Amino acid sequence: MAEELALTIKDFKSENEVRWCPGCGDHAILNSIQKAMVALGIQHKDYAVISGIGCSSRFPYYMSTYGFHTIHGRAAAVASGVKCANPNLCVWEITGDGDALAIGGNHFIHLIRRNIDINVILFNNKIYGLTKGQYSPTSDRGFVTKTSPYGTVEDPFVPGQLVLGARGKFFARSVDNNIKMSQEIFEAAARHKGTSVVEVLQNCMIYNNGIHAAITDPKMKKEHQLMLKHGEPMIFGDNEDKGLVLECGHLKVVKIGEDGVTRDDILVHDVTEPNGFVHQLLINMALPDFPVAMGVIRAVEATSYDEAMVAQIEEVKETSKIKSVDDLLMSGNTWVVE
Amino acid sequence: MSKETKVIELEEVAIRFSGDSGDGMQLTGTLFSDASALIGNDLSTFPDYPSEIRAPQGTVGGVSGFQVQFGTRRVTTPGDYAHVLVAMNPAAVKANAPFMRPGGTIIYDQDSFTEKNFQKAKFTTDQPFEELKLDDYFKIPVPITTLTREALKDFGLDNKSILRSKNMFALGLVSWMFNRPMDYMERFIQNKFKKKPAVVEANLKVLRSGWNYGMNMQHMTPRYIVHAASIEHGVYRNINGNLATAWGLLAAAEKANLEIFLGSYPITPATEVLQALAARKDLGVKTFQAEDEIAGISTTIGAAFAGDLAVTSTSGPGLALKSEALGLSVMAELPLVLVNVQRGGPSTGLPTKTEQSDLLQALYGRNGESPVVVLAASTPSDCFNYAFHAAKIALERMVPVILMTDGFLGNGSEPWKIPKMADMPEITPRIAKNAETYKPYARDEETLAREWAFPGMDGFQHRIGGLEKDLMGNVSHDPENHQKMVEIRAEKVRRVVDMVPELEVCGEQEGDLLVVGWGGTFGHLESAVREMRSLDHKVSLAHFNYINPMPANVHEVFSRFKKIVVCELNMGQFAAYLRDKEPDFKYEQFNKVKGLPFTVHELCEKFEQLLEE
Repeated sequence: MAEELALTIKDFKSENEVRWCPGCGDHAILNSIQKAMVALGIQHKDYAVISGIGCSSRFPYYMSTYGFHTIHGRAAAVASGVKCANPNLCVWEITGDGDALAIGGNHFIHLIRRNIDINVILFNNKIYGLTKGQYSPTSDRGFVTKTSPYGTVEDPFVPGQLVLGARGKFFARSVDNNIKMSQEIFEAAARHKGTSVVEVLQNCMIYNNGIHAAITDPKMKKEHQLMLKHGEPMIFGDNEDKGLVLECGHLKVVKIGEDGVTRDDILVHDVTEPNGFVHQLLINMALPDFPVAMGVIRAVEATSYDEAMVAQIEEVKETSKIKSVDDLLMSGNTWVVE
Repeated sequence: MSKETKVIELEEVAIRFSGDSGDGMQLTGTLFSDASALIGNDLSTFPDYPSEIRAPQGTVGGVSGFQVQFGTRRVTTPGDYAHVLVAMNPAAVKANAPFMRPGGTIIYDQDSFTEKNFQKAKFTTDQPFEELKLDDYFKIPVPITTLTREALKDFGLDNKSILRSKNMFALGLVSWMFNRPMDYMERFIQNKFKKKPAVVEANLKVLRSGWNYGMNMQHMTPRYIVHAASIEHGVYRNINGNLATAWGLLAAAEKANLEIFLGSYPITPATEVLQALAARKDLGVKTFQAEDEIAGISTTIGAAFAGDLAVTSTSGPGLALKSEALGLSVMAELPLVLVNVQRGGPSTGLPTKTEQSDLLQALYGRNGESPVVVLAASTPSDCFNYAFHAAKIALERMVPVILMTDGFLGNGSEPWKIPKMADMPEITPRIAKNAETYKPYARDEETLAREWAFPGMDGFQHRIGGLEKDLMGNVSHDPENHQKMVEIRAEKVRRVVDMVPELEVCGEQEGDLLVVGWGGTFGHLESAVREMRSLDHKVSLAHFNYINPMPANVHEVFSRFKKIVVCELNMGQFAAYLRDKEPDFKYEQFNKVKGLPFTVHELCEKFEQLLEE
């Protein structure tokens, strides 16, 4: 029976032609999410994909699930309403660096603070693509675009820092073209109860081509990416001989076999640690001194908003004498006029 | 009872309780009103308070007032002018002198009439009554502070707690004067402070001291008798407009067999709608105190997409912030109710004062061709019915509906005959039934409403959004399609007219002057028209609750009168709307933007003048 019911990736594709630019990282992310949805085994009717505005936000039109392409910045709030209306749904928010971190910044942090069980997939290409090339809140200082012809004079957000600052319980990072890693991460995000934020480093072929190349280049991948796995030491490098240690409150790259360093000295990744100190250090790691952390960085269990909301309603329903609107209207001070 | 007591029989009395915003005047007024309703008076209340929570003590700006009018007849307004003013300090007298009936009674705390307080209230002499030209008013000085202190001397309370009980003394005294039942107030105090027996005892002691003081001093205090009103039999309660709005929405959810979701951000004077619904977890209400107004409506849109009766509540500035998202609900054609409790504007304006100046914003304040249904409640208690009908229209026609109330309705209260749910109309949401044939934007031929299918329903999976779309909900940039869809969305709203009752005329069906109003001014307009008719003037009232679409018979009604005057608490927004929609008539205007309701007096003056012209 179960096999007959099993969905395939075709079940998640819509009849709509996918209109992202050829070579855009979004194609691969769409593929990874559809694969994750198949693997999750949740009924097709229970998926709801909510997006804001931007290239990435066209996403729902390319899915065969329920989908809602909303307005700029508000996907987090709309998705929150969807989840509260029906907590049984598996709700995904598709957003970009402009949508989530500029116009929607307030909703983004409050969604995370409330810990509503929504999977936020943040496509970070460090540029405004749909409006044809203006700098975004994740663009590096000095970045030259149409709206910053002399370079920006502002610092970017690091998405993971915002997640931690908003008391986030789940944060992961992936790369658009690594479908296997992305699929695993999306599955983990969906299984996590509460708000899960996945930052996907995404390449915009047209307006910001190669912005993540130093990290994602297959040749440099092992040197420049640290693939985090819960319970395993933080080791990277072509020869898997580099690792991280904690020294005086700072991370430090060490080489196994040099200066008496052994595998046992390397930090072991713990996604469940409520204290976000090490997670914060991992999120902040940047080239050239450090590899960039990939995978699930933080996954701390906590009660989700939707669980608490349902529990509270059930609890009050049980104890209250008011069971219907008629009961309510007749409660308190009333009097009879004969 | 002593023969010296002067007993005055009245058909209706207006009392204004007034003091520092920390003096507990709102509570005093509310308790007095509830007790009046319990003994069968009809009544109407009007809280009038500053936006500062605790403005500087003793200043005119910090005065908080609560007016109630109760009577033996139908009472539709809180009264233009008060017969009796209870003033806890000189500033209260100064702030309320303009709202006193000539020759009225002023009960005041003589202990607070000190030089320091005269200065704070910016009196230039130590003769405040003379300065305000209130010499010929009947004044009852009562040492309220001293007597409260005396009553509580054995209670071991600190000075602050003692002073906080002064309002109970005033309440006891006024209750004696108007023969209000004390048991109701006593029960209230016992309930409110049930965890603090000492506070209960202290308040009861002061309350009774006030009553006893009236009885003992009856040579100087008049006693009033206001007989019970003859009103329709049934079970009644007092209700204010915000509570009635919240409960009307609950009633709609129950009738529609849907869960209810409210996404909202606190804003004066609409916050109580959110609070009232947050209290109703027992009825399964999901309230979401959002991070801002935009999230308030955006979460609501999400809930509408996912199958709840979805509601958001706000006031003018919040409506402005919600504009873009409201446009999304127009485009996506989702059922949604937006309650706008209007206040004085523009900008932050007069947050605690009433006004009707959001009408054009509600009708037109969005980008693009973006029509919505607009309703307006007209009394505190009929907020229940209009909230119910707003939800009914939204759910049956798949449109966003704006319900306009205002600060006067929201905070004002009146007795309300409690309806039975069995007597309320049915609500049939347009939930899709056939997955095989479902198309997201296929429409009912008559109403043009689309069908509603939401996540979790098997076989109806579809995508919608803010981009222009085709029948399937898919993006369409086709010029012909856009023209067609714009027209369909407008026509769908127009066709709601078949759910709109005909415009009724209060008074004769034809005449010299038709008074036209909408929303919260009903009580004052109705009183004024009644008064004009009692003077044999041929004046009638046509009051609008359905603004968009308007009732079908507007043209026919208007054509039966020689003159039309549109009265509203703005600079003429409804008049402008009528000129656009019903251009065959000449519209006179009477407008007021003082943050206050009309007075019956000024309305009658205007009508007289128009009749003479």
